[in-house]
This record gives sequence, structure tokens and C-alpha cells, in this order.
Amino acid sequence: MAAWLGWLIESNWTDPFLFAVYSIVKPISGAAILVIMYGIITQGNYDSALFPYIYLGNAFYIYVGAVMTGVSWAVVDDREHYKTLKYMYIAPIHIPLYLLGRGVARFITGSIAVFITIAAGILFLNVKINFAEVDWLLFIVTLIVGVVMLALLGLLLAGITLTVARHEGFIGEATAGALYIFSGAVFPLDVLPEWLRPIGYFMPTTYWLELLRRSLVGNVAQAFPTLANFSNVEILGVMLGLSVFFGVVSVYVFRWCDARARELGLIDRTTNY
Amino acid sequence: MSATLAIETRNLGRIYKLRGSRKETRKELIALQDVNLTVERGELFGLLGPNGAGKTTLIKVLTTLLSPTSGWARVAGADVTTEPHLVRPKINMVSGGESSGYGLLTVRENLWMFSQFYGVPSKEANERIEALLEMVGMKDRMHTKSSDLSTGLRQKMNIVRGFLTDPEVLFLDEPTLGLDVGASRDVRKFIIEWLKADKTRTLLLTTHYMVEADELCDRVAIINKGRVLACDTPSALKQRLQKDALFEIQTSPLNGLNQQILLDQPEVTKAAISETETGAKLSLGLVEESALARVINLFTQKDVKVMSLSKRESTLEDVFVDLVGRSMAEEESSETAQRNAR
Repeated sequence: MAAWLGWLIESNWTDPFLFAVYSIVKPISGAAILVIMYGIITQGNYDSALFPYIYLGNAFYIYVGAVMTGVSWAVVDDREHYKTLKYMYIAPIHIPLYLLGRGVARFITGSIAVFITIAAGILFLNVKINFAEVDWLLFIVTLIVGVVMLALLGLLLAGITLTVARHEGFIGEATAGALYIFSGAVFPLDVLPEWLRPIGYFMPTTYWLELLRRSLVGNVAQAFPTLANFSNVEILGVMLGLSVFFGVVSVYVFRWCDARARELGLIDRTTNY
Repeated sequence: MSATLAIETRNLGRIYKLRGSRKETRKELIALQDVNLTVERGELFGLLGPNGAGKTTLIKVLTTLLSPTSGWARVAGADVTTEPHLVRPKINMVSGGESSGYGLLTVRENLWMFSQFYGVPSKEANERIEALLEMVGMKDRMHTKSSDLSTGLRQKMNIVRGFLTDPEVLFLDEPTLGLDVGASRDVRKFIIEWLKADKTRTLLLTTHYMVEADELCDRVAIINKGRVLACDTPSALKQRLQKDALFEIQTSPLNGLNQQILLDQPEVTKAAISETETGAKLSLGLVEESALARVINLFTQKDVKVMSLSKRESTLEDVFVDLVGRSMAEEESSETAQRNAR
């Protein structure tokens, strides 16, 4: 039900033609900016291993923004815009499940964007993926675990959003922005100062992006030293462990924030921002 | 808690901590204080009070949206703080004066979605939606996107949302706020019919319309500044004042005559004054009818002309004036002024 509602909200804000155009143009534009910047900096060296590293990292990072903020944004949307959060709260539903359901729509639109970005990369930008050599099992397992992990991180953000009556819209963006730097999305963690790298090592998204790259382009991803000494299974294990850890933390943080929001009277607080 | 009680509160309190600027110390606003109420199953219970009296805060606590800071409350047999999951399947709420809902969905879709959250079978939900929209005169708008509805129709849609799940206890917070006279009458009629259809249904209604409380409610609690000042049937509350003779007087400008001067007269028990374009409107309670001559004499001394005068029966407004010392409108303006000063 929540997913159905989320999909209607995500897809019905304009007519179907404009929605289709937007869904195609937005991810391609995002990727094009990165490709042009890369081309200028490397003077057109698209054969470097760095190019598919950046391109795929950027493409899959769309999921981070879409799924994570998709879940947390539902709080802002229902509380401030539709003014329905209080009615959801007094209904006999499991609020975390409802919020996760709202994130499903963003997962679908995010998946379309990821697919279009990668397809455009392969067709027009010389991103080389040999489909015969893709490790599909690893890809699918990684994708599923990663999306669940992102949804749970979204729940954590949703909890924090519940307790913040002002500026709540920026929480998701700020977190997604921080993860962009520390997850090795567009540059290997080795580029960061040594003292900042542990943050990246603690983020499950770092291992998730690494495994997605490895499953699609194998050796190119392993060309960077960050996680080169770890096998796929080891990285998968670390990612699973961190996902479970953050999942448990998310559930507890959400519960605490939920109780706190009720104490402070923030469930139905609107700011007219 | 007795099985016949739908709502029970004991010493219920709620204090808000107000945020000022960083330099200021935190202030506290007492929204509810020692509220003790019991509402029987099948009862239409009214909370009457001016804006800012604590009515909405009480509803928020009872619907599990807000934790109390002291005391406890039980709704449909479960504690709202420790057992909200037991309370929620049995209640619903509608807040008036707001246009909530998903504008991208049609009226039917909005209502159907909420019915699914309460586990109403889809077919039954659609039948109920059709019947309820028919009752509020909105059946022809069933497939209209709610963003295309007027504010009043959106509010009616929300009212239907509250009734749709057939709750054991329904909370209506100012349901007719912002509705035109005709729509308000329809809503009041609908409320009465809904309660008549099942004697176990309970409805708690907040309002600052005296007539609404008088016309609809089995019992009324008068609330001001977070405290329940009186709680009884509307007729019993009014009977408290029957010893007084009540008069409505329209006058020319009062020339310095004020509420205190009137109350200082031994024969005046109550006095509420509201300014009008041409002068003032006074609502006076006198110890006996014959005391009117002495009050008129006072007007004459102050060169105040009496434009019209009528004797009337006591209303809940008079009860409020009797309890608080001023009219609900005066109380609201005073509360607004205090809030602006904070």
C-alpha cells in the first residue's frame, strides 16, 4: 500500500511524457557532467581504469540518494506537505514498514536511472562491460543486500528527521553527500588523507560499490589498492556484517527517535518551510 | 478501568518547553493540568473552550500522538503511553480546518488507502466509501483528485476518512471549523446519525462553538488554560445559572463604563462586554429581574443610551463567563496577546 502510494506520488506529479523525459534526461545529465569533468582533467584518457571506476560508482550511487532519502523524505512529505503523518501514526500500521514501503517507489525510479546511466555509458561513452564475463550471482546478491542496507540507513535518517522539526529536508542530502566522499564512489579511498580513510572503511556503501564494480568489470575494479587484498567473499562478508550492524542501529535509533518525537510533540508539527 | 469507559484520564498533564533565542532561558507552557475525565461508551462528549485552551493537546495525547508529562490516560481500555499499539486499531481522528490528504489521489483512492491501513476488506471499504460520500453529498466527486476539491469538500473527505474505519472511539477536533453553515449542519446531522446507528460508538468532539456543543453533546467539559473547569450535561451546566436573570443589551459607546464597574454593582453577577460598530453589546447576569432598573440608572448616569434590551435563557457561553470571568472571545484575545508577548 505504501509502495503504491509512493509510486503514485513519484510518477504522477506531471504527465507521463514529461515524466519519461525527466527520468531519462536527469541521470544522463548527471553522468554527462562527470564525464566532461573527467575528460578535461585527464585530457580525454577514457581508456584508464579510473573511468569505469568513476562511471559505475557514480551510476550506482544513484541508489544511495534514491533509496535512503526516499525512506526519510516520506516523513517530511507526509508531515509538511500532505499533513497526513499524524493520521498514519494513529492508524494500526507499523510505521517503519510504511516508510520503507514509501522508499520502494524511489528504488524503482532509481533503478530506471541506474539502468539508463549504464546503458548510455556503454552505448555512447565507451564504458566497457563484457556481459559474458559479468558475475551475475555476485551482482544480484550485492545489489539486493545493498538496497536493503540503504533502506535501513534510510530508516535511521527517517528517525532523525522525525525529531527535527526544522531543516529536516537537508538531513538526507547532507548524509548522501558525505557518503559520496567517503564511500569511494568517484575516487578510491586512497585519495583521502590517511586519517579520514577509516570513515570510508566503516561505511557498508564502500564495500557495496566495490563489489558491484567487481561483479561487472572485474579486474578494472581491483586495479585500485584500497581493497585489492580482499577477495569478493571477504568483502561480501564485511558488507553483510556492517549492514547487519547498521540495520540493528537503525531500528533502535528509529524507536528512540519515535518516542522522542512523541515526547516533544513533533509528529504533526508543520513549519510552513 | 471500567469496561463501560471509553476514555479515562487521571491527573493528566502536558507541559511544552518553548524554545526562544539562544540567549533566552527556556520557557514552559502548561497546556494541560490535572485533567480528570471519564467518558462512557456510547457517549458524545464535548470539550468546549477557547483557542489555546488545551483541547487539541488533549486529543493528541488521547490519540497517542503526544506523550503526557504527568498522569495517565486510557482509551478503549489501553494506556495511550505504554500501549499505543492497542489503542490505535480502535480509534480514528479528524482535525478540522486543515486540508490534509494526497492531492494526487482521487477522493475514493485517498479513502480506500486509509481503509486498507485499518484492514477493512477492499469490497466492504468501497461500499462504505460510496455510502458515506452519499451521506455527505460528495458521491459525485468520488473520482475527483482531492487537489481539485475546495477546502470545504476536502474537509468533508477527511471527516468521511474518520468514520470510514468505524472506530470504537472517534475524535473530532473542531470538525466544522471553516465549513459554511450548510456544510456544518450536514456534519452535525451525520454525527448524530452515526452514533444512533450503534450505541457502543463513542465520540469525543472539541469545539469552540457553544451552539455545537449544546446541540450535539451528551456531556460537556469546559476547559480553559489546560484545566477542566466543569463537566456535566449542557442542561445541568446551564441550570447552575438559572438563579440569575440574563439580559442582552445593545448600547451607545460606554463612556468609560467598563466590566469592573458593572461587576462592582451588588446586583450584577456577570458582565461581558464586546465592542460593536455603534457602541457596545453587553451580556449581563443580575441577581433578580427587578435589579435591571438600577443598572439602567447607572447607564443614564454615564450618558449611555440603551438601543435594545432582551431577556434570554442561559447558554453555555454564560456558563463559561461564570467560570472564567470573561467571554470566550475575550479569553481568546487575551491568550493571543500573551502568546505574542512570549
